[in-house]
Amino acid sequence: MLVCYADVHGDLLPINNDDNYHKAISTASPLLRLFLQRKEEADYTTFGTDSLTRKKNTVLSAVLLRPDTNRKKPPVIISLPKDFRPVSSIIDVDILPETHRRVRLYKHGQEKPLGFYIRDGSSVRVTPQGLEKVPGIFISRMVPGGLAESTGLLAVNDEVLEVNGIEVAGKSLDQVTDMMIANSHNLIITVKPANQRNNVVRSRGGAASGSSGRSSDSGASYYGYTSHSASGAAAPVPSHIIQNFPAGDLESDEDDEDLVIEAGGEAEPIRRAPSNYSMPSVPLYQPHLDLRTTSTLSVNANGTLPASGSSGSLNNALAASTTPSPDRAMQRRNLEEDGTVITL
Amino acid sequence: MKRLRRHGQESQRERIKQELFQFNKAMEHGFPHQPSALGYSASLQLLAIGTRSGAIKLYGAPGVEFMGLHEENAAVTQVHFLPHQAGLVTLLDDNSLHMWTLRAHKGQSELLEIGRFTLTGPPGASPSVTSVTAVLPHSSGELLLLGTEGGHVFIVEVPGFRELEERNISLDQVANSVPEDYIGRRNLEHVEALQENPVNPDQIVIGYGRGLMVIWDLEKLCATQHIPATQQLESVWWTDDGKYILSSHSDGSYCRWMVGGEDGNEEEEEEEKSDIPYGHFPCKAISKIVQLPTKEGPPFLLFSGGMPRASYGDRHCITVIHSKTHVALDFTSRIIDFFVIKDGPRSAGEPSALVVLVEEELVIIDLQTEGWPVIQTPYLVPLHSSAITCSHHVSAIPLKLWERVIAAGDLQNTHYSKKPWPITGGQNLASDPPQRDLLLTGHEDGTVRFWDASGVCLYPMYKLSTSAVFHTDTDPNDNMNQSTEGEWPPFRKVGCFDPYSDDPRLGIQKIHLCKYSGYLTVAGTAGQILVLELNDEAAEHTIEAKVVDLLQGQEGFRWKGHTRLDVREDPVLFPPGFQPLALVQCQPPAVVTALTLHSEWKLVAFGTSHGFAVYDYQQKNNILIKCTLNPSDQLAMEGPLSRVKSIKKSLRQSFRRIRRSRVSLRKHHVNNAAKLQDANARLEAELAEMELAPVQRKIEARSSDDSFTGLVRTLYFADTFLSDSSHNTPSLWAGTNGGCVFAYMLRLPSVEHRADEPITAQPAKEIQLMHRAPIVGIVVLDGHGAPLPEPLEVAHDLARSPDMHGSHHLLVISEEQFKVFTLPKVSAKMKLKLTAVDGSRVRRAGVAWFGSNRTEDYGESGLMVLTNQGDVHVVSLPGVKLQVHYNCIRREDVSGIASCVFTKHGQGFYLISPSEFERFSLSTRNLVEPHCLVEAPQYSAPSTQHRPHANKASSAQRNARHESEDAESAARRVMEHALLNDEKVLQEIQKSLEADQMLFSENNVKSALA
Repeated sequence: MLVCYADVHGDLLPINNDDNYHKAISTASPLLRLFLQRKEEADYTTFGTDSLTRKKNTVLSAVLLRPDTNRKKPPVIISLPKDFRPVSSIIDVDILPETHRRVRLYKHGQEKPLGFYIRDGSSVRVTPQGLEKVPGIFISRMVPGGLAESTGLLAVNDEVLEVNGIEVAGKSLDQVTDMMIANSHNLIITVKPANQRNNVVRSRGGAASGSSGRSSDSGASYYGYTSHSASGAAAPVPSHIIQNFPAGDLESDEDDEDLVIEAGGEAEPIRRAPSNYSMPSVPLYQPHLDLRTTSTLSVNANGTLPASGSSGSLNNALAASTTPSPDRAMQRRNLEEDGTVITL
Repeated sequence: MKRLRRHGQESQRERIKQELFQFNKAMEHGFPHQPSALGYSASLQLLAIGTRSGAIKLYGAPGVEFMGLHEENAAVTQVHFLPHQAGLVTLLDDNSLHMWTLRAHKGQSELLEIGRFTLTGPPGASPSVTSVTAVLPHSSGELLLLGTEGGHVFIVEVPGFRELEERNISLDQVANSVPEDYIGRRNLEHVEALQENPVNPDQIVIGYGRGLMVIWDLEKLCATQHIPATQQLESVWWTDDGKYILSSHSDGSYCRWMVGGEDGNEEEEEEEKSDIPYGHFPCKAISKIVQLPTKEGPPFLLFSGGMPRASYGDRHCITVIHSKTHVALDFTSRIIDFFVIKDGPRSAGEPSALVVLVEEELVIIDLQTEGWPVIQTPYLVPLHSSAITCSHHVSAIPLKLWERVIAAGDLQNTHYSKKPWPITGGQNLASDPPQRDLLLTGHEDGTVRFWDASGVCLYPMYKLSTSAVFHTDTDPNDNMNQSTEGEWPPFRKVGCFDPYSDDPRLGIQKIHLCKYSGYLTVAGTAGQILVLELNDEAAEHTIEAKVVDLLQGQEGFRWKGHTRLDVREDPVLFPPGFQPLALVQCQPPAVVTALTLHSEWKLVAFGTSHGFAVYDYQQKNNILIKCTLNPSDQLAMEGPLSRVKSIKKSLRQSFRRIRRSRVSLRKHHVNNAAKLQDANARLEAELAEMELAPVQRKIEARSSDDSFTGLVRTLYFADTFLSDSSHNTPSLWAGTNGGCVFAYMLRLPSVEHRADEPITAQPAKEIQLMHRAPIVGIVVLDGHGAPLPEPLEVAHDLARSPDMHGSHHLLVISEEQFKVFTLPKVSAKMKLKLTAVDGSRVRRAGVAWFGSNRTEDYGESGLMVLTNQGDVHVVSLPGVKLQVHYNCIRREDVSGIASCVFTKHGQGFYLISPSEFERFSLSTRNLVEPHCLVEAPQYSAPSTQHRPHANKASSAQRNARHESEDAESAARRVMEHALLNDEKVLQEIQKSLEADQMLFSENNVKSALA
């Protein structure tokens, strides 16, 4: 089943995740027009007919990016989320200093090498004692055609500050190398780019960041999203950066997919023994189950969700959508509008 | 409420952790690296060794050991015990002097540094004036005489280090009185030696570098006699009767001089005897000479060096001459120093033992037994007599096996002297070790040495040599140990340090001993695996080798490495001890990287970089061969480049080249200067270039195409639930460098048919870890979460039988994380990430049992882990949670980290140098460290009253002495104050230590019964 709605411009847009669901609710004035289609009959070409140049679809796609193994080839494959998958994203823009950038690299299988080298170096820091030269780790080389190079988000001489939320200060080159390799399936590195010209100058509360041809924050970062709704205000919480990476979130499913071959049997990927999500009875939201889980978490953290919240994802979403105050919705809107960089 | 409870649980857990874990670097075993000075106190019966890294180590009776470290990172150049005191003075090569003392505390002695001192010369004087070259502690125990580079002798009061300026003996004072006709009087050079007259403490002899010796009276402050030797002086010895002085010189000669009358008559002293013992051709210097009288008969004359320069200049010899016996003891490394121990209550009797410190070992020679045999050292053993290639520790050895190994070892040691160890100072207060522990070290020359590692002394028990099984390319004519008849000088090889392996393929890489059955398996560099059985009788065996082709038809393979070892086809007679039962050789003959033995099933499993196999040593056939090689892995396909053949020859050639170049160096000295400059300039340019290109590290996910992914890292036998949850079966688990685990189900026939029915192995499971990190360990945990016991452990009633009802778990330890899987259906249950969090990787892991130091019957199994950063962690089982971590080894010390072994009771060993093991403990209950007491010798006669000329002493001197006593007592007060403040702490420490030991011994009995 495919759920669509018509937005203020009259474009037909899909509802298949929290964000576009919220958007549909919040922009509905006064009526929300819903279209229900059977999946096999769905006419994909009708989506966003008038708005192909807009970035909204990109937003949608960024949110939905999930590798799906048994996908069918639809006739037209523009901007349908499941046909894309992220290779990298900039995350946590809202909580990081403007001079820093947190980049997430998604390594899918063995197709493309990560493709970069690091080296020792020294950088200048401001300390209570004045300027001080401290040892640091820097990107020293990019492999042409590698993942790192193709994203355009990392460059030679960028200083590496954190690896998956852990500061590299005080660690040796070999230690940082090992940390990056150990996290290579879901590598999140925070860098201080050597070239600061491309920094995003964020305007507080303004809606100016919508037009993003540049690399900038993504609403897709549900870590950032979580922190926002949890703090309830625009104030960033840089001292607790790590809290944006709850262990459960970092454990991507991939990481547990050790391959077990039983004698004479077929290979099966291992799932965590106590599975932390349950298959819903309605196949309605199947493409974005993981997102649903995250959203539930964030609402729980907020404490706004009544304890009686059932496991039904639609219920949760409704409960969540009713609670936020208008300006909070506004914030979220801003977040959503920040474009995601997707490099294909 | 809930949070409160959880908080309570956490603090409870913290308390338990404190009761279970504690990190201690308890002690060091083996021979100190780079020794640089030797000292001995006849009254304390203690030996002291100083090292180039500034350590000072004291040894007495076995078990009596002390260690101190100078703060300065400077070499110890001299060590002198103070007469009649439990103290010593060290001189470092930064010209500082340090005073150490042994203080008793709570019935236990400790070595403390109590003072330091550097000579200060007059302002503006060159540093050579005060650069100390000779130290003489005066027999009064109150004075230290310091001879310097500038030729002066400074007199300093100890222990306060107060300079007595008025008594200094300046070079001018001496030079003025030198006879006019002495050729070297214009420049006497530095003070080379200082000796006291053994019968008159007021007389000392000052030996100057140029050769002149002056006998100086400390009371009269004047020279009484001049001995005009003209050769460069090396050492001086005053004979016990005070009548003669012996001097040794740089031309290989020594002279004996008569000492003039008491009154210092300037009568013409005669050079009574002068000799160049290895004469005719130019000889090297005699660096030290000693002559000791015997009650009846001729004296012992001992000297080091003096060899003919051209033919034997490279030998390290000490010559011992007694009556008609003349032996040149030939050591394998450089001589640092030597001394002779004398019998009798006041060490005034016959010379009984010669103690020689050479660069790589301590050798003690029994001078009272015919043939002067060597006495086996109970400590300071050269672990590295052949380089250590691996180690293996086995805890709690059953008494029977222990006795059989000792018996086999005793038969190997018949050439040692029967005399007891002659250095007996101090009392060993440590209680007997609670259990018998064996440390096995594998060596480059194919030997395996068995060490008693139960207590403070790492004592050699038995040595197994595997080279007898193979033909090696040893050239019998090349044997360095052979001595030809009538050779001059009369060399005799002594010492066991022999670092040159005949064939590096013999090197031992893996060892596994079953302590219950006495079966031992060792594996080596050329893919050889030996299974050995302990036999109390000598026996003749013909060894048949079974070749295992690990490639299993893998194509495109080219082995460029060494060849297999040639096995002897004729029967070989093996002495009592471990004798080979079976031999397997891998093809290709790559180094064996994993080895395990199951003595109950009589199976041995081994792996290389190409695959693994299981061998049945009862039926003597292969049960399973699995190739793990990745065809795209070029490095593993080709193997290392062969260096084997040439290594020995090239070594010998390079030695010859060095010798030759020494000669030619002088000739071409001038011509080379320009070339040297040129080379230096080039080197600098190269270095500058290197700095421009910094070290880079590639960040890439591990892939199946990486090098050596097929290398087998670990093998493990387990009786567990592999296929279904109701039937447990024997199984083999193998882990590779590429993060892959293979599990095989083994089908064993019943015991009565074990000899004839075949054993089968079927592949059951294969796990490819997503992160692909090398697997360093595999452990199966039983239903209670406890690791499965060792084979035969249950059969011998020494372990609780494992819980076979609950579900078993598989713990896979990779370099990056610890992961627990359920069995029989392999699904991930828990994991602990290490590398992703702190960037360190697992290097070693071992299961250990930790007992609580509070409650006797409480204990936990834990996983001891060593990382590549040198940290040790304890990880709980089965919950895989980090418990404690300590920094243990410097992260730069790669060889130290690689050499680490864990014991089953929470201790560990690692090499801190090629010749020394550091012993550490993570357990509160199991800790081995020296506990000993040294009492200051009873010296009834305070020196001040018994000095012959005490009444002549000037009032000024008396004042000085008085002041010195004041200073001394003040120093003592300060020390006592400092120690008293710590007394409470010390008391507590002592109490807890005593409690530990009691608890431990009791507990050990209990756990053995349980």
